[in-house]
Amino acid sequence: MGPITSRLMGLESRRGWMLMLALGLIMLVLVPILNLLVPADSIFHVRTFWISILGKYLCFAILALALDLIWGYAGILSLGHGAFFGLGGYAMGMYMMRQIGDRSVYGNPDLPDFMVFLNWQELPWYWFGFDQFWFAALMVVLVPGLLAFVFGWLAFRSRITGVYFSIISQALVFAIMLAFFRNEMGFGGNNGLTDFKDILGFDLASRNTKVGLYAVSVIALALVYLICRGVVSSKLGRVLIAVRDAESRVRFLGYSVTNAKLFVFTLSAVLAGIAGALFVPQVGIINPGEFSPAKSIEIAIWVAVGGRGSLFGAIVGAFAVNGARTYFTGAAPEIWLFFLGGLFVLVTLFMPKGIVGLVQALREGKLADILPKRRGQLDG
Amino acid sequence: MKNPMRLFHNVSLIASVALLLGFFTVATSWSAGAQTVDDPFAAALQTLNEKSFKKKAAAIEAMAEIGDPRATAALEALAAGHLFSRKSDNAIVIGSGIENGYALTDPVSGAGVGDVGKRDVKKITVNNRLRGQIRGILGRLALSSEDAAQRLTAAQNIIKSPSPGSLDLLRDARDRETVGKVRDVLETGIAIIELESDDTRLRLAAIQTLSGSTDREVKALLEQMFVTDDAGDFVEADADVRAAAQAAIDDINGRLSLLAVAENLLFGISLGSVLLLAAIGLAVTFGVMGVINMAHGEMIMLGAYTTFLVQEIFRTVAPPEAFGLYVVAAIPAAFLVAGAFGVLIERGCIRFLYGRPLETLLATWGISLILQQLVRTLFGANNREVANPQWLSGALELGGGVSITFSRIYIIFFCLAVVALLAAFIRYSRFGLNMRAVTQNRAMASSMGIKTGQVDALTFALGSGIAGIAGVALSQISNVSPNLGQNFIVDSFMVVVFGGVGSLWGTIVGAFGLGIVNKFLEPFSGAILGKVVVLIIIILFIQKRPRGLFALKGRAAEA
Repeated sequence: MGPITSRLMGLESRRGWMLMLALGLIMLVLVPILNLLVPADSIFHVRTFWISILGKYLCFAILALALDLIWGYAGILSLGHGAFFGLGGYAMGMYMMRQIGDRSVYGNPDLPDFMVFLNWQELPWYWFGFDQFWFAALMVVLVPGLLAFVFGWLAFRSRITGVYFSIISQALVFAIMLAFFRNEMGFGGNNGLTDFKDILGFDLASRNTKVGLYAVSVIALALVYLICRGVVSSKLGRVLIAVRDAESRVRFLGYSVTNAKLFVFTLSAVLAGIAGALFVPQVGIINPGEFSPAKSIEIAIWVAVGGRGSLFGAIVGAFAVNGARTYFTGAAPEIWLFFLGGLFVLVTLFMPKGIVGLVQALREGKLADILPKRRGQLDG
Repeated sequence: MKNPMRLFHNVSLIASVALLLGFFTVATSWSAGAQTVDDPFAAALQTLNEKSFKKKAAAIEAMAEIGDPRATAALEALAAGHLFSRKSDNAIVIGSGIENGYALTDPVSGAGVGDVGKRDVKKITVNNRLRGQIRGILGRLALSSEDAAQRLTAAQNIIKSPSPGSLDLLRDARDRETVGKVRDVLETGIAIIELESDDTRLRLAAIQTLSGSTDREVKALLEQMFVTDDAGDFVEADADVRAAAQAAIDDINGRLSLLAVAENLLFGISLGSVLLLAAIGLAVTFGVMGVINMAHGEMIMLGAYTTFLVQEIFRTVAPPEAFGLYVVAAIPAAFLVAGAFGVLIERGCIRFLYGRPLETLLATWGISLILQQLVRTLFGANNREVANPQWLSGALELGGGVSITFSRIYIIFFCLAVVALLAAFIRYSRFGLNMRAVTQNRAMASSMGIKTGQVDALTFALGSGIAGIAGVALSQISNVSPNLGQNFIVDSFMVVVFGGVGSLWGTIVGAFGLGIVNKFLEPFSGAILGKVVVLIIIILFIQKRPRGLFALKGRAAEA
């Protein structure tokens, strides 16, 4: 692959690789050491609170990667990725719900509390198997993947593209949210699943488990990054970029646009599901709020801020926007929506390539390239 | 007609005041004693001082016989234990409890006659028999009231607790009744009582009458006939009567299901008109400019808040009798406010993003967040109350317990008017012509000298302005809160996608189609699941027609 192709794909140079490796090692080794081994009164100590927050960001980064894979590289803007994230989260939540057993408030060893509360006599069929971790883990991958496959097949087959796809995917996540709000669905309704006790026998309240989950998230992010990188730098990745830029032309050249899109969309949904599954044990709750259309749209702004079409950018964006959220909701909650809304507007207007693009342009002294163009100069 | 009792009181109050004025003009110096001579009502009233219940019963009967409107108030007071005899002069007075005593009213003149202590008056006692008698008389008096609405209420009250004793009363009233609606209620009441009669012919006739009803209670009464007792015999012994009853039940069921269909249709149309109002502006901007305006819902919200502001202005500045007109004034105001915001958004943001529809979508989403937070900061996060003006409140009864509020009916017509105006504007105006040209082929329109930038800005203003008008309508039927727009955004997108972009007809058919389908699904699946099903149907539907029901054909569709 030549340097132009890798630039085109937003991939990193050798120096970039070293930077990534260093960052990964810091996240994976240094941060846990600073939490577990450095005494609490030292200024280098990282509080467990921050470990959990960072763990959450890592899951969001995986989710951002999943969206960048389809939006940045294949031009599919899904406004319903929260659906796959949430479904993965629910699958993991169901496993942890079953692990509570008779330690719940009502003490019923077979039924989660909300089912006892609703006077249900037995477990619904779709809850069977979730007492086994391997089954839940399988479902984390299968359920979002299958939904994405069916939905994507229906959508791409009839060549639904652009804003149409965005709206339909938003309708999908909206429909799922409405459905999960119903108590009759058997997923805890409004309150969702919570009150988890342990995962694979590890106590969720303990610091070691939290650091462990964090470390697993770092590794998962690294793996997901490598997978995405593998996809975009393969021949398929080049086809996807071609689809993004000129779909009809690729179709006429004889490639199956539908299959390429379907594959990458399903893969992206599976990655989002994994992110959700890692997210839920770290925050301790999953409820239908995760399916709200607003949350799904927000994923797009993480990617846009970081730089769409750059895998590293997606990770940067997820950390930057969520870091800002943590800061603002603590310091000035009423400002947060102004900030987020402003971010949507300003980034799309002035930073079409996001932070990564801005840094690149500054380094190469080509700032004028990324500023907004007037109509008529556009090449689309 | 919110509270029939209040109306009732008002009428009697007005009657008393009129009488009072009459007395004052005739002779202000008349004493209570003088009245008893010339006024048979006052004389009968005075007899209530008697100790014997038999004589009291006669007095009550006499008061009813005279048919004096004042009797109603006096008898109601008597039944409720509010009628007293004043110890000083044995005058009969109505007392309402105040602190340490009673405020007295003279039932003859209706005038207040001062306050007294608890010990200055003696309660006129009644027993249960007298109470029953009074109830019957009050019903009869109400049934012979001058006001048809009062007669209707009285008849409805009587058939709520049917007793064989009121049969003659109802028959009398029916024979005298001239208003068809009241007569129907009376007929039903008579039939309900006759259902219990020993005469088979009467029962059959009663069933015949009742088969025309749409009342679920009547149906339940008829079904009672098929209940079997311990021995396995039907409550209704006669097989013919049972067959007639079965036929009547089938009749009623048929009518009820027809009514249910009508109800679903009407509510579906109502929902559809709301969806259409919300979506039509979106369809205009989407059709002409090919961009998705995620802040469209916030334009609706701005329209609703404008309505709130106009209402507040009317409340403080305008005379009270003009208050109801604030809705009318709010329509142009909301159009201008939302339209101005639309121009601002288009000029300030969207025009830099042409050719990048996905980015436009994200940017307008950001604008929607900002607008929501702005309104939340200015007006607070809570719902703002927008009152229905007098001429919009109330409901239309359809029978069988189905009713629809007038505001919803008005919205249906309002929506049709807006759409018709918009269609005419697009069809006949110069600007509409330019709009259609840009929709069909932007580049060609531009080369023909149409200022596409201007058309875009004005189109956006038009679409946003219509959203603002939708906000006026919505403020009448839903809560005005910063989240108002969010509730409609997904639905209105669905309408546009379903109907087909750039087609006014598509939007109309889409909105009413979705509204009606939604309402027909609700009884089977519940409101929320119905919505889910509709969304799935749409996702499947666009498999067949990816560009909607009424898609633009030709090259324009691929652009």
